[in-house]
Amino acid sequence: MKKFTKMTGIAAPLDRANVDTDMIIPKQFLKSIKRSGFGPNLFDELRYLDEGQPDQDCSGRPLNEEFVLNKPRYNGTSILLARENFGCGSSREHAPWALEDFGIRVVIAPSFAEIFFNNCFKNGLLPIVLSDEQVDQLFKEVEANEGYELTVDLESQVVVTPSGAEMAFEVDEFRKHCLLNGLDDIGLTLQYADEIKAYEAKARQQSPWLFDAIK
Amino acid sequence: MAGKTLYDKLFEAHLVRQNDDGSSLIYIDRQVLHEVTSPQAFEGLRLAGRQPWRIDANIATPDHNVPTTERSGGVDEIKDPVSKIQVKTLDANCDEFGILEFKMNDQRQGIVHVMAPEQGAILPGVTAVCGDSHTATLGALGALAHGVGTSEVEHVLATQCLITKKMKNMLVRVDGELGPGVTPKDVVLHVIGLIGTAGGTGYAIEFGGDVFRNMSMEGRMTVCNMAIEAGARVGLVSVDQITLDYVNGRTYAPKGEQWDQAVEAWKNLVSDDDAEFDEVVVINGADIEPQVTWGTSPEMVVSVNDTVPNPANESDQVKVDGINRALAYMGLSADQKITDIKLDRVFIGSCTNSRIEDLRSAAEVVKGRKVADTIIQALVVPGSGLVKEQAEAEGLDKIFTEAGLEWREPGCSMCLAMNPDKLGAGEHCASTSNRNFEGRQGFGGRTHLVSPAMAAAAAIAGHFVDVREFVKQ
Repeated sequence: MKKFTKMTGIAAPLDRANVDTDMIIPKQFLKSIKRSGFGPNLFDELRYLDEGQPDQDCSGRPLNEEFVLNKPRYNGTSILLARENFGCGSSREHAPWALEDFGIRVVIAPSFAEIFFNNCFKNGLLPIVLSDEQVDQLFKEVEANEGYELTVDLESQVVVTPSGAEMAFEVDEFRKHCLLNGLDDIGLTLQYADEIKAYEAKARQQSPWLFDAIK
Repeated sequence: MAGKTLYDKLFEAHLVRQNDDGSSLIYIDRQVLHEVTSPQAFEGLRLAGRQPWRIDANIATPDHNVPTTERSGGVDEIKDPVSKIQVKTLDANCDEFGILEFKMNDQRQGIVHVMAPEQGAILPGVTAVCGDSHTATLGALGALAHGVGTSEVEHVLATQCLITKKMKNMLVRVDGELGPGVTPKDVVLHVIGLIGTAGGTGYAIEFGGDVFRNMSMEGRMTVCNMAIEAGARVGLVSVDQITLDYVNGRTYAPKGEQWDQAVEAWKNLVSDDDAEFDEVVVINGADIEPQVTWGTSPEMVVSVNDTVPNPANESDQVKVDGINRALAYMGLSADQKITDIKLDRVFIGSCTNSRIEDLRSAAEVVKGRKVADTIIQALVVPGSGLVKEQAEAEGLDKIFTEAGLEWREPGCSMCLAMNPDKLGAGEHCASTSNRNFEGRQGFGGRTHLVSPAMAAAAAIAGHFVDVREFVKQ
């Protein structure tokens, strides 16, 4: 997994609540058996005027010029500002894969749906929860200032605005550790293999019907 | 000390390790796999040179991509080349690792959340995951079950564990009785309308009260299925005789002496009387009416006799924008009567509503009637090959086809339109599925979520009608 430590980048405002993972990456693109290549289809139905097909070259498709990520001032966006309950719906990890492939490393919103939130950390993306007021303020600032950039520092858990104002955010210690070091959590869990085996031995005695039944 | 909730009990019983940083390692008894969210997980195992921890904890079936039209030609004849590769990849991965899979034309194939309980692969008291958010369905059995992403599918394959944090507890208690013609789907849509699409975020929701105690297992599955539409990854119902009767005799359920032993253990799978919930929502069952979603989020739901909301009555600007955007997308106007919404297609199926009771309920409404001329297509897609077989034994397929509905092979179908079953742009669909998001059932498609009985009545009338009045005609 890609490490996340500290980054500065263009922020773009996606001003709608309940952005679902169908919207982030529509179903026809879930047929891929790879983890990469989803970036050109990120927000496909909002971004293009036509219906996208898997494996299609997107460079000639008609763009929806109104969509925030198509506006020239947001070229190279790496931080997405969003409203409440971002990432709701389907558990598809293709959603963070698409965001990451597009170049987005941070999503800032007042709240996230849990499965999406969790999936981000597995892919080097940092979802940040700030208060409604803080998110509102960022929306106002980004819309008023072309080239608006934010700095996100995971080590010290702050978002820094161009004026130097700092907004602190919370992050689980374990997730922070994994992101900062780009760690694969399967390897970490396998360090406890003996404890898993001990649990299993006990479970086998208590609930023998859960073992060797499905084959 | 206060008693424990069912969720607390399930969580504690599966705790392998409590880490210093507040995370927990919990043991996962069952993983259900399908073709869309597993290929990258298997690939990850191979790249890291890892083997699955425990083969007999897994069960698989293809469901999202499979065609629901005649398919006796097998996987090779799936027309969409990308879908075909995905189904073949699941087959190859399961074969390679020796995981039990019901392949596309196996009688036991079906939608993961229909197949797994039907087989007894999911039992009371287990922890279960699947790379699909509607895994919440399985909580109806008193199991701790939720959706995970593909990285976690791989993590569970490799370690049989999940790194997680304990959720909070919410009780949704529905007292009394439901009115005639009001179904489990209406109950859960009503709950989502009340608490909102993020109302359950961070919680495991237990559904309690007389309405759920008297609800069938299949109805409980419909309700738990949509817990995720209220933001909760987990829906739960305490174990009772209805649960035990459902599980008894299923293929992978314990038998003989082990059955008795299991039943003894499962009796404890209830929330204690003095258990404390972080949040309690109380609803009177008699207040619930047949529900119809009008917008592009499951919380945008009203009773069939209501009207489409007017943004002028809302003060929060983010909500006003949301309503306006939904009205424009859905092609509806504020204050329009729900019963005036005309339909183009009808879809009866999905992991929410494709079990035998759902099909019986729809068949009862369409029996001896004809689908309206204005309806382009009305599909009935059973949840599994075994549901299909049962329905055909009861003659339900004939009732549907005589009324002008199409009778299909099992799969996810038009719920998310990964296979050829989809809506055209601008078309309105009465759908028994779970999500009315923009484009969910097809590019530009307009979804209205309803119960099977309401969908069936809409198919006949060509527009929404109150099924309670309709059946009297």
